Amino acid sequence: MSELTMVQAVNDGLRTIMKEDESVLVMGEDVGPKGGVFLATENLTKEFGKERCFDTPLSEDGIIGVGVGLAMNGMKPVCEIQFQDFIFPAFDQIVSEAAKMRYRSGGQYTVPMTIRTPYGGGIRGGLYHSQSGEAYFAHTAGLKVVIPSTPYDAKGLLISSIMDPDPVMFFEPKALYRAGREEVPEGMYTVDLSKVREVTQGGDAVVFCYGAMVPVCTEAARRIKESRNKDIRVVDLRTLMPLDEEAVLQAARDCGRVVMVHEAPRFCGYGSEISALIAENAIEYMEAPIKRVTGFDTPFPNTLENYYLPDARRVFDAIEEVLDF
Amino acid sequence: MSDTLQIIDESGKKVGKAPRLKRETLLRMYRAIVSTRSFDDRCMKLQRTGRIGFSIPNKGVEATSVGAAAALDAAQDWIAPHYRDFAMMFYLGIDVNGMFDNMFGNADDNAVGRQMPVHFSFRDPVNWLSISSPLGTQIPQAVGVAMAMKQRGEKGIALTTFGDGSTSTLGFHSGLNFAGVFGSPVVFLCQNNQWAISCPSEEQTASESYAIKGEAYGIPGIKVDGNDVLAVYRVVSEAVKRARAGEGPTLIEAVTFRMGGHSTSDDPSRYVEQSEFDAWEKRDPLFRFETWLKSEGHLDDEQIAAIRAETDAEMMAAAKAAEAKPRPKLGTIFSDVWEQMPPHLDAQMNACISHFAERDEAVDEKGEFPL
Repeated sequence: MSELTMVQAVNDGLRTIMKEDESVLVMGEDVGPKGGVFLATENLTKEFGKERCFDTPLSEDGIIGVGVGLAMNGMKPVCEIQFQDFIFPAFDQIVSEAAKMRYRSGGQYTVPMTIRTPYGGGIRGGLYHSQSGEAYFAHTAGLKVVIPSTPYDAKGLLISSIMDPDPVMFFEPKALYRAGREEVPEGMYTVDLSKVREVTQGGDAVVFCYGAMVPVCTEAARRIKESRNKDIRVVDLRTLMPLDEEAVLQAARDCGRVVMVHEAPRFCGYGSEISALIAENAIEYMEAPIKRVTGFDTPFPNTLENYYLPDARRVFDAIEEVLDF
Repeated sequence: MSDTLQIIDESGKKVGKAPRLKRETLLRMYRAIVSTRSFDDRCMKLQRTGRIGFSIPNKGVEATSVGAAAALDAAQDWIAPHYRDFAMMFYLGIDVNGMFDNMFGNADDNAVGRQMPVHFSFRDPVNWLSISSPLGTQIPQAVGVAMAMKQRGEKGIALTTFGDGSTSTLGFHSGLNFAGVFGSPVVFLCQNNQWAISCPSEEQTASESYAIKGEAYGIPGIKVDGNDVLAVYRVVSEAVKRARAGEGPTLIEAVTFRMGGHSTSDDPSRYVEQSEFDAWEKRDPLFRFETWLKSEGHLDDEQIAAIRAETDAEMMAAAKAAEAKPRPKLGTIFSDVWEQMPPHLDAQMNACISHFAERDEAVDEKGEFPL
């Protein structure tokens, strides 16, 4: 056991699975000797050689297109897209190719590939270093979408993603890369894809969230406990596709009051799906309208990013609203 | 085409040094071209009578496909194809019944009726990657496939094919650039058939050729007469040899002509002058190869008539067999999305099946439609 930050846990996860499985390759822009712009791939080239961890030309379409080919021919590529904002040149390869290969070939060709990419705000990155595009990918049949919120989960979920037989979008909340440390076991372990994590226990209201919003929501829940002595259940979804629907519905039924939080824009955001799921399957348990706290339906601002990102105060207000309805 | 390699000229006369090929191989090449004409003809009739929705005519480009196919080792090489390479499939021995299963989208189709016709996918007798409709996407994938073989120390190479229009795509640039940088064992075969649906080459590029684009990526670019099956064979063989020897990728431009529409939905008379069709009719790759084979004593008129009758009968039989097979079961809409079906999709599948079953639309409980 050692205390690791999330980015160190990602690095440890990569190293662990690369030792375990020779078919795992790490590729992307600056992932080689530099170790990635956030140092997620630090020392991997040194340890495994440039055949296993290598820099590529500056071409997202190429990284993913070549990755799809590697994956179809026996390798398990872990492709890094330096910032999620830069992924769109590869959208065709992800959505039309990786996601549909198993389906369109009747299972003859498959793409066991993981696409790691730092997402979200909190680093003053403005329009193009801050976006949260998870909904685009959760909407695409054939992809899995995974977002950790702790160092322990980052390593375990990453290893599970790399071992998964289908393409996985692994979104890393860059705001949490160095936000704290946590005990992370050495060596191999996995965290199941498609299982939520209950961060705090409670039955007065439930807050669904993921990634960088998990500590924000946990802080809001703490403040509610302090000021109103209400117990708020914070649920970290962890895997947006496939979603642990039963767990979400159970929590909604248990609590009767629901808040959904993400930093991505609201319109057709992931919260819309959670809200619809509960409305369709558990409306009779609801004591208040389902409330969403999200980024605004605008591009991501720079100077005013703290006003754009949901914070504990906004989440606190939303919880109060559902409690007081 | 002074800078373009040619071995058999338009009249079927040998003008260059012919590669050493066994008669058996030459006849296999010839038969693949004839099979393609028969397949095209059968598919056009099936489409015009409403039995299939769509096909891609291959007439005119077959020498490029066959010359390249004959240069491969099907046991170890992979193909990342585009959709106009039927003759390559015939040469490599891909089962024509499997091809027609795809044309009809029936229960035996490797794509399980999920794709339009001509989007073939095979693993046997060769790794023929599942064809995509978005263009150029297979080009970087071929590089990845090749990199995997190189990484494992295997001797296989990847051949990727695409049309002139696809040289404008992101995938062309990414694929050639990566292959150049990594020295990947790939052969890029551009089937320059002059037309990207209705757009001619001058609307596609200001380059003097497509082959010259290789230079920008540090890759040899070679232009070949794409209607000359022996010239294509020679050029692709040399590129395959280089790739296998670890000497890196090659870009080949095979200059040919689509002697028909882009697809069964297209009317080329709207944009191609009749005079252009007439000019290329004289360069027909089948006529040229046939004339040369006859002059070499490999083939006579009687054998030609027999081969044509055989391939026509073969296509008719395969089409009939495919048409008689049932559709895929309703549940196949939902399978193969992920390896394991997640619960939400399982629920959708069951709802879909019971929806149609309740409405008495003759869906059995396993979701089987009658033909």
